[in-house]
Amino acid sequence: MRYLPHTPEEITSMLEAAGMASLEDLYPTVPEDCRREGEPDLPEPLTEWELTDLANTLSATMASSPAYKVFLGAGSYEHYVPAAVPYLLGRSEFVTSYTPYQPEMSQGTLQAIYEYQTLVARLLGMEVANASLYDGASALAEALLMAVRIKKRNKVALSQGIHPLYRRVVHTYLEPTGLEMVELPYLENGRTDHAMLEGIGDLAAVAVQSPNFFGCIEDLQAVAEKVHEHEALFVTSFTEALAYGLLKAPGRQGADIVCGEGQSLGISRSFGGPGLGIFATRKAHMRSIPGRLVGQGVDVDGNRGFVLTLATREQHIRREKATSNICTNQSLCALTAATYLATLGGTGMGELARLNRDKAEYLKGELVKAGFRAPFESPTFNEFVLKGAPGFRETYECLLGQKTVAGLPLEPYYPELADHYLMCVTETKTKEDLDHLVKEMKA
Amino acid sequence: MKETLGTTGLTLREPLLWERGKRGRCGFSLPRRDVDPSPLEADLSDGNPDLPDLSEVDVVRHYTRLSQWNFGVDAGMYPLGSCTMKYNPKLNDRLAGLTGFAEAHPLLPAPLSQGALRLMHELEHFLVEITGMDAATLQPAAGAQGELTGMLLMYAFHKSRGAPRSKILVPDTAHGTNPASAALCGYRPVSVKSNAQGILAADSVAAVMDEETAGIMVTNPNTLGLFEENIREIARIVHEKGGLVYGDGANMNAVMGIVDMGRMGVDVLHLNLHKTFSTPHGGGGPGSGPVCVKKHLEPFLPVPRVVQAKGRYVLSEDLPDSIGRVHAFYGNFGVLVRAYSYIRTMGAENLKKASQLAVLNANYIKEGLKGVFHLPYDRPCMHECVFSDKFQKEHKVCTLDMVKRLMDYGFHPPTVYFPLVVNGAIMIEPTETESKDGIDLLIEAFKAIAEEAERDPELLWNAPLRCKVRRMDETGAARNPCLCG
Repeated sequence: MRYLPHTPEEITSMLEAAGMASLEDLYPTVPEDCRREGEPDLPEPLTEWELTDLANTLSATMASSPAYKVFLGAGSYEHYVPAAVPYLLGRSEFVTSYTPYQPEMSQGTLQAIYEYQTLVARLLGMEVANASLYDGASALAEALLMAVRIKKRNKVALSQGIHPLYRRVVHTYLEPTGLEMVELPYLENGRTDHAMLEGIGDLAAVAVQSPNFFGCIEDLQAVAEKVHEHEALFVTSFTEALAYGLLKAPGRQGADIVCGEGQSLGISRSFGGPGLGIFATRKAHMRSIPGRLVGQGVDVDGNRGFVLTLATREQHIRREKATSNICTNQSLCALTAATYLATLGGTGMGELARLNRDKAEYLKGELVKAGFRAPFESPTFNEFVLKGAPGFRETYECLLGQKTVAGLPLEPYYPELADHYLMCVTETKTKEDLDHLVKEMKA
Repeated sequence: MKETLGTTGLTLREPLLWERGKRGRCGFSLPRRDVDPSPLEADLSDGNPDLPDLSEVDVVRHYTRLSQWNFGVDAGMYPLGSCTMKYNPKLNDRLAGLTGFAEAHPLLPAPLSQGALRLMHELEHFLVEITGMDAATLQPAAGAQGELTGMLLMYAFHKSRGAPRSKILVPDTAHGTNPASAALCGYRPVSVKSNAQGILAADSVAAVMDEETAGIMVTNPNTLGLFEENIREIARIVHEKGGLVYGDGANMNAVMGIVDMGRMGVDVLHLNLHKTFSTPHGGGGPGSGPVCVKKHLEPFLPVPRVVQAKGRYVLSEDLPDSIGRVHAFYGNFGVLVRAYSYIRTMGAENLKKASQLAVLNANYIKEGLKGVFHLPYDRPCMHECVFSDKFQKEHKVCTLDMVKRLMDYGFHPPTVYFPLVVNGAIMIEPTETESKDGIDLLIEAFKAIAEEAERDPELLWNAPLRCKVRRMDETGAARNPCLCG
């Protein structure tokens, strides 16, 4: 077995040194009634080449570009990833190291994460970002729990414009805590009805996603004013980080905590994970942040270096009183995002974001010309909701057969939105692709 | 010792990202603009984000230099106790990167994602087989999220019986995430002391277990590297009072093919695919923390679940008692592919052998360093052994000094100052992928350091001497946090 280096002679000599007669003798402290009866029922081992064949077969069943044209967004986005990004991320010094507990041997990861925290804070207009959380959904749950800790109140409000699967994760996290979760409905224009906040008292936090699940850009400034009237914290969430290449940062519109999914920033969709939970807030709340933080410092010679810091919030020291149970980040994904942002730069990111929006606007316009409705009139980024005629479902199914996934049917998530589809267009679709889609959808 | 691994290579300085670059540079090949610009309401945008502009070469040099300041398993031995830093097979990475897997959208209709669903279905089965449990979820994105999921399952179980409970038993050797995860479910952790042998006595569990207690969280083998021999009796006591046994599978690498977690009395168990199943740690993630359960907890597992019907795989939400979702999609699929690849490569026989060799390596180190360092629990160990700095304290040298010096010898330090029950703990987990030669070098290095502690303690106080930075002022960094440049 190529991953097990021991020769039979070495095993014998090591057993002897340990005072044991055979490998079976190595478990004298395991009682008989804890041992397994028989081998696990696993398939026979495969050679590297057999396994590659099998994996190729499984992978080939998956719909992906270029064979398929997939117009799905909804929390997972197809973007071009420059060759340099996976190349750098493949460096095994990054891949095969552990959490940087020993700073002298992990300055690479530490500086890279410090830079990631900085880039994220700048992108979102916030003062401080953590080293990342699991994904956008758990980042939202952690944001709400943090707000509850700060405000010492037991109620949170979430917009129905937040990704429905994120809301379900939040529900799972909040269920045993006894916290109350209320939902804010969406308006006819696709934005959150923040007027509904009137009459809800004692809120720790209000959470709104922008662009929201329908692709609509929320008026964060207006919501922030309402939320702060209630003396609650304003949590803003996002699923498409690229939008902030173009849109005004939530931190400049009154957000107290910004959280979301960073998959768009150079990370492959990988059937939904691993993603990147982005989390940023204001300095005032620094000591309540969940998860890891990297700080700049100096070594004994006064040279610049980086360390994991503010560990007193963490489980190693505080155990059950820790700010959260999280003891990792998605380090390699954070590093991917940082590398991607560095590659794009501010100029490139602005241009790429505009291109995404312009292509989506082009498709929206063409589909409306072709007789579809775009029911929500609020401005959108690279996703929008489309209403098909009642018979469109058949066309949709038929298009699947022709290797086109024409958006996401919304009815399973919003029963009131039958015949509504969430369309997504990124820079990976050419005008020709879009014209072709319109033609097929019309047919 | 004649020659050490550690030496001083050329390390290049590298500034922060934004100290490089020039406004107007771009490292990205912008896709062709083939549509017209569309106007946007002026107040929605306020210009490009404030990010540094760099060329592709700037970016490549920057991250290449940073990477060279890091130490990974591919560079050398990483005997970090309780972290199972085994070799990460390269084939696994290649398979996870196959276009069909890497480029798959999570909300594709099931008929267009059969390969991924099949892989997840089979992986659940493999994990269930390896642990001796009945069903599994792959959703948790890390070990700590697996723990939380396990606690949520416990909570849902007790609630379904109309009797939610308020406390949970946690041994003093447990990882800090255990009490933190329990607290998220509103459980008050009650600490249970381990005995003079470093394990739990059934009596001390019986003394605190009552009908207000949801169950116990046990790491077995525990963090001292010892097998909890009384586990069956402990499980009986807990079950008798209506509680459940949570198994923290962080140390599963010691007992694959040997121990049956179900038979041992565990009701719910989380695994760390990034430990036992060889997926890379990535400098702190992404990991994956699947949870395995016995039959009576299966109805509460997260949705959606992959089910097989008529040879096709579908995602089912039909589980009315489910705790819900813990991940927006299905967990860290990219990590699941790697673990699947590992299990298919190893098969049952090699997984068992991996555990045996992990235990052999640890016992060999224990024997090799016994007498050099104080060994608080001199018993046959599992996959890791725990020493302390008691002998070296006489020379005013502590654990931290010694492991920092170990860096100069070319090794990553072991886990230190954990578990908390041992003062100045040095917790060594070599894993099965280290050869006898490598381990002999580690033993030699430690012996040399113990000698230096007697002869030249100052050398150790000043260590490391061969790294990019010397010891960091961590107190200063925490007192005046600078988290953003």
